[in-house]
Formats: sequence, structure tokens, C-alpha cells
Amino acid sequence: MNFEAISTEIFILVLGLFAIVMDLVLPKNESRKSIGGVLVFALTGWVLYMFSMYVPETAVADGSATTRYFMDMMYIVDNYSLFFKQLFMVATVFTLLFSMDYMQTVLRYKGEFYALLMTALLGMCVLASANDFLTAFIGLELMTISFYILVGARISSVNSSEAAVKYLVVGSVSTAIMLYGISLVYGSTGTVQFYEMFHNQHLFTAAGLAGATMIMIGFFFKLSVIPFHMWAPDVYQGAPTPITAMLAMGSKAAGIAVFMRVIYVAFPLIGFYWLPILAVLSAVCMIGGNIMAIRQNDVKRMLAYSSIAQAGYMMVGMVSADYPGMKAVMFYGMLYVFANVGAFTALTVVEQQRGGSDYKSLAGLAKSAPVLAAVMTISLLSMAGIPPTAGFAGKLYLFTAVVNQGYLWLAFVGFIMSMISVYYYLQVAKAMYLAEGDGKELHISGAVRAAAVLSVIATILFGVWPEKLAELTNLAAYTFLQ
Amino acid sequence: MTSFPLLSAVLLAPICAAVILCFVSPKAAQSVRVIAASAMTVALALTLYAFFSYDMTAGGMQFTESIPWIKDLGVHYALGVDGISLPMLLLTDLIGLAAVYSSWNITNRPKEFYILLMILIAGVTGTFIATDLFIFLLCYEVVVIPIYIMVIIWGSTKRVSKEYAGMKLTIYLLMGSAFMLVGVVALYLTVGDVVGFRTFDMQALAVAGQNGLLSEEFQIFAFLLLLLGFGSLLSMFPFHRWSPDGYAGAPTAVSMIHAGVLKKIGGYGLIRLGLLVLPLGARFWAPVIAALAIINVMYAAYIALAQKDLKYVIGYSSVSHMGYVLLGFACLNVVSVSGAVANMVAHGVMSALFFSMIGFVYEKTHMRSVTELRGLAHQMPRVATGFMLAGMASLGLPGLIGFIPEFTIFVGSFSVYPVFAILAISGIIFTALYTLRVLAKVLFGPRDSKFDRYKDARGVEMMPLVILGIALVGFGIFPQVLMGMVGSGTEQLMPLLDRIAEVPGFIGGIR
Repeated sequence: MNFEAISTEIFILVLGLFAIVMDLVLPKNESRKSIGGVLVFALTGWVLYMFSMYVPETAVADGSATTRYFMDMMYIVDNYSLFFKQLFMVATVFTLLFSMDYMQTVLRYKGEFYALLMTALLGMCVLASANDFLTAFIGLELMTISFYILVGARISSVNSSEAAVKYLVVGSVSTAIMLYGISLVYGSTGTVQFYEMFHNQHLFTAAGLAGATMIMIGFFFKLSVIPFHMWAPDVYQGAPTPITAMLAMGSKAAGIAVFMRVIYVAFPLIGFYWLPILAVLSAVCMIGGNIMAIRQNDVKRMLAYSSIAQAGYMMVGMVSADYPGMKAVMFYGMLYVFANVGAFTALTVVEQQRGGSDYKSLAGLAKSAPVLAAVMTISLLSMAGIPPTAGFAGKLYLFTAVVNQGYLWLAFVGFIMSMISVYYYLQVAKAMYLAEGDGKELHISGAVRAAAVLSVIATILFGVWPEKLAELTNLAAYTFLQ
Repeated sequence: MTSFPLLSAVLLAPICAAVILCFVSPKAAQSVRVIAASAMTVALALTLYAFFSYDMTAGGMQFTESIPWIKDLGVHYALGVDGISLPMLLLTDLIGLAAVYSSWNITNRPKEFYILLMILIAGVTGTFIATDLFIFLLCYEVVVIPIYIMVIIWGSTKRVSKEYAGMKLTIYLLMGSAFMLVGVVALYLTVGDVVGFRTFDMQALAVAGQNGLLSEEFQIFAFLLLLLGFGSLLSMFPFHRWSPDGYAGAPTAVSMIHAGVLKKIGGYGLIRLGLLVLPLGARFWAPVIAALAIINVMYAAYIALAQKDLKYVIGYSSVSHMGYVLLGFACLNVVSVSGAVANMVAHGVMSALFFSMIGFVYEKTHMRSVTELRGLAHQMPRVATGFMLAGMASLGLPGLIGFIPEFTIFVGSFSVYPVFAILAISGIIFTALYTLRVLAKVLFGPRDSKFDRYKDARGVEMMPLVILGIALVGFGIFPQVLMGMVGSGTEQLMPLLDRIAEVPGFIGGIR
């Protein structure tokens, strides 16, 4: 048992337990923000340390470095999983930064939030490293159950409770479907491990294919792919805003991480069946998500539909099913984190201090909080893919990969829909810059400001100079497909 | 020893100004204006130096810089100018400086205004000096969003609301660029497959395109996509509808930059990408472009006749003038293409001057309707001079900037499309009609005492008139300064144009 391989997970688990203990030790009426501060520093340190865990490309090519496993191939630690774990941790660090004030004022039980966020993060990390269906399932449940609670954390809010129940019901249905699929696949192949599935001819029986389809559908629920998206808008709207952010960037990226491993490692041979379907679904997501987002009057709801569209863009990269496509998905996932942080930071502050997240609440933000308004605008433009933000570079990577595989029509759909998306993103800008608000100054703490400014710096930096991030994603994607 | 990165400095001057402005107090309006003006003065001075020290006999790309930027995409931070892009760069900085002065009296959030204006100017500058397609695209799309925000905050609502105008402009341009992006991605990948390595270098793309490495079918397809993108930016019929509404809603500086230089990115892109990289595609679509160009010239001029709002008159007039540019491009010979490039410069200067003067009058009187304004020459002789200069240049009076370029286009096009050329020349009559009608009504006639309380342009307010007026008259009296520069760029196209002249065009080889 190579415990070093799962050091990241152990570390996160310890942090989660620490949060629980600290919550018990601290006096009742003392602020819980200190827990968040500790977690931010610890996670940041670990993210930096993780750069040393990457296996260089040359070592993989000449076979001098073997991939690290834990528990007899059940758990794999490769560059690919390391990249996604870093992504989740970055997302968590930023979420902590901008949510501490919010949680302190909004929640009744403040300490639990930190512990639950850590278990959700642990679930995501397990997902990224899962090498068989059971491990993946455990990771998925760990993450989702944490989120069920977090979504309903605002006990006093009816919307929050409604969102939690909806999420629970839909989530359980999708879990059931996926579990049934896993059992069918296990029944026909006799294994749950991804690598062994790859060679197994019994997968091509009726039961095996039905099982594979059900697993896919389960993932589509989690990724909120149209037509399995119905839960997303209500849950996004009802959840506390920082949790919405985590759902959009963390939970979705985790789903994508394991989904890519499943389709490339476990089911590549039935690619003939799933690639065209995936292409159509991604187009449907891009069109549907963007069109429906136009009609929303709540920004969180709009971002929910926009995140459906973003899932569509990322699926474009999966359709190309090769190393540039995969790299593009990872690149896009990372920049989507920064874009989300920027947008949700502003939204969190607005919801906390103005009591709503619709367009009216944003009115006049450019006067009362110019930095937040600028950050929000730039982040939304990054989602739309307008240079010089990172979104443009990301979309260019995605669409060059897929056009190279002959899907020119998908690039058409993608570029046109992303230009249409500018329309509703600019509605937000219009509300912030044009409409007159109440003119009251918003209180912005140092942590919130740091989250906003750092995210926007990253967004612009990766837009004009994506070299370093591109190298990292290249390494991760390249070694994955070796 | 590396030489001074002149073009980077031109590009960075407005960007630096934008960054500095972020840290200036919003209340220090005068510092904001002075910083913006200084940055543009520096940029203009450097550009003038480049313009006059460019070696015309050598030709080709000069002042080049190249740094590897994104390795796995094959992107270089590569800048350079030749005889086609250098006049456009000069135009950008001329109008940029004039636009800064035209916005001198903005009191509503001047800091944000100038930050956005500087970003806008930097974006336009970048498109003209980039020799790498990625950098070109980056700068090309940067400009759209600042414009939207500037229109909705500082714009004016007359016939259409400024929100409507801003969104219409943004959506038209973005939809056009969506098609263009698909075309560019397809081009990038196809050239990458043919050459063996992926590159965004325009020179490498052009070499691949001109040496027959790209199939004719692909060139025709890709050129159509580029035409949709650049054509909508150049307000080519039927994608011109954003232009009058957009200019009417936009604040003065945005109208100036948009009509003056941003539109020209369309024409520049058609030559730089369309013609140089996809010559067979350009040849195939040229007759269609020529036909649309004539519709532009005639139809827009006809509508301009009926307009009452001054900004709409100039808006439609700019659509009409772009028809000449398109016609010059579509004829695909050295003379006509030179005329097209020079005409872009000429129209840029005169439309910027027009919008600047309209903006000044509107700022003072809050009127810009032909029916309301009259006899302004009595109260505002200097502004009237500006109007007259721009108007006379617009109808092609010899001795001003507009004459030689238009004449060159007609000379170039007559041998290729004689019917279209005659139609285009007759378009001048319409131009004269609407221009003279407007000038006569607004400037001359009996003195109207309601305008007595408005002062003429003074001091800093004179700067746009001075800057653009010097260019207008200077290039008019010494056309060789402009035409020689343009010619040094277009002469390099001669072998290419001769070669594709033999290839049949659209629908069974109409010539």
C-alpha cells in the first residue's frame, strides 16, 4: 500500500477533521472565519507542493517512472489526476476567500460549512483519481452528499431548502441509474476496473451496452447536459451563492475528470456509438443553454444556464477524442474556474449586502464598487470567449482540436453561440454600468478583494500569455494517453 | 544589438496610459485628459517617424519584431508594417489623438471614458501592426466590448435608444467575427497540415496560399467566411445596418474611431488575409463583391439624401464610401487596390472630422437635425470651416484628400468592370447632392439668433480640426506622400494579381 500516493487526500481529510474540531473548540459567539483562513493557507501551500509531484514527460516516455497506484489499481495518481486536483483546490481556495464573510452573516451553523467543503473537495479528488467504477461511485457520492447539505445550508431560506430537496431527489435518481448501469456492466464483463473493461469483449453484449449507456446518462445528469439539466437552474438559484460557484466549477470539473477517464479508458471501443451522440449533445447544450440564459432575470439562474452551455463547450473537446482535445478541455476547465470566481465574488457580495441576485440588485454596481463591477464584466467576457481574456484562448484550443477531427459544423455552432452569449453577459454589464443603484457603498473585505483581483489577473494573464498553463495541460494530457 | 521596438512602443503607449489612468483619482479630470493626450501624442510622433523613415524602395515588412509567444499554437508576438498597414497606423493615431481632444468636455465619469478609449485605440493599433494572425484576432475582438460600454454610458438617444444602438452594433460585429473565426481556424489547420507545422504567421500563411498549396475549393469556402466577417465590419450591403444606428447612438469619439479606422480593419483584413492568403477565393468572389459595392454606393447615398439627422447622413455616407473601397478591392489590379487603401485613409480622416464637428455642435446646442440647425457659419466660422473641408473632401474636390484615391479607383476599375465603374462615378452626383444640401442648410442662410449664445470652437476644442485639417489638406496637396507609401505596398501584389487575373471568377468566369 503506497500511502504516499494518496497524501493529498489524507491531507484534505485531516483539514476537514481539523475544521470540525476547531468548530467545537471555539467559543459559540466567536467568528468562524479563522477556520477558513487556516484552510486557505494550508490548501494554497499544498497546491504549490503538488507541482513537485508531476512526472516529467521524458520519464513517462522512456518508462523510468511508473504510474503510482493505491490499493491494487483501484486508485491512480497520474499527471492528469494531479492537474484536476489542483484545479479543485484552487477553486476551493478562491471560494473560501470570497465566502467567509457571506457564511458568517448568512448561516446559522457556520463551522460546518468548512468541514463540508473539505469533504466535497475530498470527493472530487477521489473522482479524479478513481480507476474503477466503485471508487468513482464513492467519490461521486461523497461529493454529492456534501453538496446536498451545503445547498440547503441556509436553513431560514425557503429557496435554499427547496433547492436542496430537488437536488437530492434528482441526484438520487441519477445515482440509481448509474449504479444500475455499473451493475449491468459488471454482470456482463465481470470487472469494474477501467483498464480491464477496455479489452473485455463481453461489454458488447446487450446488457453491457445498456449498462454503459446508463452510466453515461448518470454522468450527463451530474454534468447537467441537456436534456438532463432540469435540476440545475433551481438548485443554482436556491443554493448559497458560494456553493453555486463550487457547483459550477468544482462539481462540474470533477464530473468531467472522471467522465473523460471513463470514455477514454473504459469505453474507447464503443466510441463508434458515443462520439456522434456526444457531438450532438454538446451542440444541443451550447444552443439550448445560451438561448435559455437570455430569458432569465436572475443572474444566478442565468449563470446556471450559461454553465450548461459551458459544459457543451467542454464536451466539444471530448468529441475530438485525442490529445489536443483533452488538453483543451483541461485548459478550459481551469480558466472557467477563474471566470467563475470573478463572477461569483461580485455576486456573493451583492447578495449578502443587497439581498438579491437579480439584475436589479446589480444596478449601479459600477459606482458603488467599481473594482467588483470591472471584475464581473471581465469574468463574464471570459466565459463568452472575448479576448484578451483566457476564454478566447480556451475556445481556440477547443475548436481547433475539433475542427481537426472534421467537425467543422460544431465549430460553427460553438463560435456563433458564444457570440450570442455576449448578449446576455452584456445585459449584466448594462445593469452594473448604466442603471442607477441606491448608491450605497458596499463593504468589501480584503479577502474578497484579493479573490476578485487575483482571479481577474489570472483570466487576463492566461488570455494574453497562456504558455505556462498550456504546457501543464499538455503534460497532463500527453502522459494520460501514453 | 536589438533596435528600438518602435511598433511595440506605439502599441504600448495607449495601454500604459490605460493602466496609469486606473490609478488616477476619478476627480482629477484634467490629469486624466492630459495623460491620455500625451500617450496619443507619443504614439503619433513615433508613427510619423516610422512613416517618414520607412524605406519605400525596399518595401515589404519593416520595423519587424518577433518573439515566440505560445509554442504549442505556433503563435509569435510579431509586429511589422508595410506600405498598406503604415498609412492605416498613421490614420489610427491621427484620429486617436483627435478623438481624445474631441472628448475634452466630457464631465460624466471621464476616467472610465478615457480608459476605455485607450483600450479601444490600442486594439485598433494592434490589428494594423500585427503580422501574426493570433495577435490580429486578439486585438480585433478587444475593441468590441469597450465600444458597447462607451455607447451605453456616454451615447445619445435620438431616433433609436443608445442601448439599442450599442447592442445592435455589438451583435452585428460579433456575429460577423464568429464566421471569420471559423474561417481562420479552418485556414490555420489546413495550412498546418500542408506545411507540416502549425503557424499563425501571416507571411507563412500567405506563402502557402500563393504557392497553390491550398485547394481552390477550400479557398473559395474560407474566403466566404472571411468576407462575412470583414464585410460586416466594412458595412458591406446587406450587413451595413448597424452602421448608421451605431454611429448615431455612439459618443463623438467612438463615432470618429469607428467610422474612421475600425471599419477599415474590414478592408485591411480583406487585403491582408483575403487577397494575400486566399487569392483564388478572392478572385472567385470578386464579381459578387463588385456588385454589392455598387449597391453600397448607390443605395446608401440614396438613403442619405432623405436623412434629417446629421449623424445619419454621415453614417449612410460612410456606407456609401465603403462601396468605393470594396469596388477597388474587387477589381483586383494594382491601381484599384492602391485606390482602395488610399480611399480608406481619406475617408477615415474626413468622416472623423465630420463626426468631430457634429459632436461639437451637438455638445453645445443639443441639436443635430438638418431642420433645426441653420446659418451656423455666422456664429461658428471655425466649425463651419471644418464642415466644409470634410464635405468637400467627401465629394471628391481636387486639392483635398478625397480626390486622388477615388480617381485612382475609377481608373483601376474602368478596365475591369466598365459598367460598374460608370455607375460608381455617377454615385458622386448623389454624394454631391446630399453633402451640399446638408452643408447649405446647416451652415449658410440667414443668421438665426437662437444660436447667438453658442461660442465657436476655441483653444483645445480646435485641436481635432487642426490635426485632421492638416492631414486633409496636406495629403490633398501632396498626394504622392500617401500614394507613394500605398504604392510601395501594393506593387508587391503585382505578380500575384497578374496570375489570378487569368482564373475565371464566379458564375462561369464573369470578368
